[in-house]
Amino acid sequence: MKKGCIVAGVLAPHPPHLVYAENPPQNEPRAECGWENLRWGYERLRKNLENIDFDTLVVLSPHWQTYVGTHFLGVERFSSVSVDPIFPNLFRYHYDLTVDVSLAETMERHAREAGLVTRMMRNPDFRVDYGTIVSCHLTRPAWDKPIVSISSHRSTHYFSPDVMLASSLKLGHATREAIEASGKRVVLLASNSLSHRHFTTEAEVPEDMSREHIYHHGQYLWDMKVIELMKAGKTRELVELVPDFTEQTVAETDSGALTWMLSALDFPSYPAEVHAYGTVIGTGNAVVEWAHEAHLVSGGAA
Amino acid sequence: MKNRHPVIGGYVLPGLPHPLLVPEANPGWSRLRQGFEQVRAEIAESDADLLLIYSTMWPSVVGHQIQADPEPEWVHVDELFHDLGSIPYKFRMDADFAADYCRQCRDRGLQARTVAYKGFPIDTGSVVALKLINPDNRIPATIVSSNVYADRAETVVLAKSAVAALERSGKKAIAIVISTLSNRLHQEWIKPEEDQVHSLKDQEWNAKILDFLKAGRLEDTAQLSRQIHREARVHKVVNFKPFWWLASVMGEHNLYTGTVFGYEAVFGTGSAVIGLRRATRAARDLEFDEESPERYIGDRNVLGPSSDSMSGWSSQVQVASQPPGEA
Repeated sequence: MKKGCIVAGVLAPHPPHLVYAENPPQNEPRAECGWENLRWGYERLRKNLENIDFDTLVVLSPHWQTYVGTHFLGVERFSSVSVDPIFPNLFRYHYDLTVDVSLAETMERHAREAGLVTRMMRNPDFRVDYGTIVSCHLTRPAWDKPIVSISSHRSTHYFSPDVMLASSLKLGHATREAIEASGKRVVLLASNSLSHRHFTTEAEVPEDMSREHIYHHGQYLWDMKVIELMKAGKTRELVELVPDFTEQTVAETDSGALTWMLSALDFPSYPAEVHAYGTVIGTGNAVVEWAHEAHLVSGGAA
Repeated sequence: MKNRHPVIGGYVLPGLPHPLLVPEANPGWSRLRQGFEQVRAEIAESDADLLLIYSTMWPSVVGHQIQADPEPEWVHVDELFHDLGSIPYKFRMDADFAADYCRQCRDRGLQARTVAYKGFPIDTGSVVALKLINPDNRIPATIVSSNVYADRAETVVLAKSAVAALERSGKKAIAIVISTLSNRLHQEWIKPEEDQVHSLKDQEWNAKILDFLKAGRLEDTAQLSRQIHREARVHKVVNFKPFWWLASVMGEHNLYTGTVFGYEAVFGTGSAVIGLRRATRAARDLEFDEESPERYIGDRNVLGPSSDSMSGWSSQVQVASQPPGEA
């Protein structure tokens, strides 16, 4: 069997506001507009991905929160409605998706063999979390590729950001090995925002962009530092900063998603393509692509 | 004398699904299930019009959210313990009360909104509690979220808003918080028979909390919230808030009779079923911070008076004109 590979990695944040503002038929609420910077960034990402042949989207979502181990979706098809528990006024999305169960099982096995605590999710009544759905929708709204969804084991909260870092690095390595063993071509999605302090009030018209800005300048400075490292290809330095970044900005890197993806990509040293940066209800969000296979083929360092 | 307080009793209930879905798998989980059933019997005998729930397992970001779907219906699966099975439910919510609760919150400066959407994900803890203590939906309920950023001041005002809404409605309510005591879970999969509280430290803190509540010391427990958060809680949110809410909604004092219907480990957490009924006077001669929680009437000499002489203070006297023992 041909060796599988990660063809691209994407920092693909999941604010439901972006789906709301797009007005896809799957979502019940209707918007006038909003958060264009980020939405247009996702458009550029989608355009790039159109030129890449791949089999499966693999997403690690901060909103499937498991305090015991890392879980993997293990049912072939899910069809239901996802209502965001935080922003139900914006996101009531009817989804119908398929799961690459064999790849999920391979990933679970590799993670378990690496010493991580794991579990396959086999309950057909399970509701897929909105982080998974938002990131996948914005990356591939046609839903024509199966997905693998991985939960966020909440080590940051349970132990510390450093423990989360260690387990995410291990999970990323196991993910890469599993993908290579599967023979599949995969796009990875790290479904997290950067700085993650929200406003606790909402405009009467949620898409009123006169109200949208970063929660705090310190958050913005940290976000820019992180993005600068991505653009410079300094992902090992970035990963070392993740615990501090997480603590200083209550960043959603607490989920382990970004660290997991960079570990799976084996810490790219080529520049990432930043498609967009913008805020959503005060949080910092960036759409960033690592066109991994293209750089490997062209002889660039991974 | 004030009119009767609209909150006629309170409960602390744990939210993990094991006592509902697999009580037979562990004797402790079965005893907790029995504790829930005792609570169900007490509630059935009460004249409550409403179950007023604050769930630590329903986080919110934009202020507080209040469930207002009159008949939410779904098949719920816990995101962590999905292997234990599915929980079909259909509940009865008091939508009118939820709307007024929300108005009272806003009138007091809080950000709040009602939610009434088909398929809204009611949290595991609320689902477990309502299935076990109100299985026939005899009493309508309302559920309010726990804002992850809220601290004491916001939580206390949230509770006072609920009391204001109750007073306007003329309804009598039973207040319920959904929360474990210590909330550390085991970090590896265990067999049900291997379950125990995660650590000795957690066990000791749980014992302290139970001692306080058994003595009716709800306000004192509330005052310990920050310490409990530091010592016995995984820091998912800014603070441990359920006792602030419960003490504020029931009356900020220690005039209760506490009953621990069950205390067991559920996958490492300290899970307790606790009831609080109003008492005519405080169970113990304690150093209360004030003579009256309602009105400042000067500093008090905590070393001076005996418990007999304190009996006339409003902090030592039941606020409602009801006979002893009445819930």
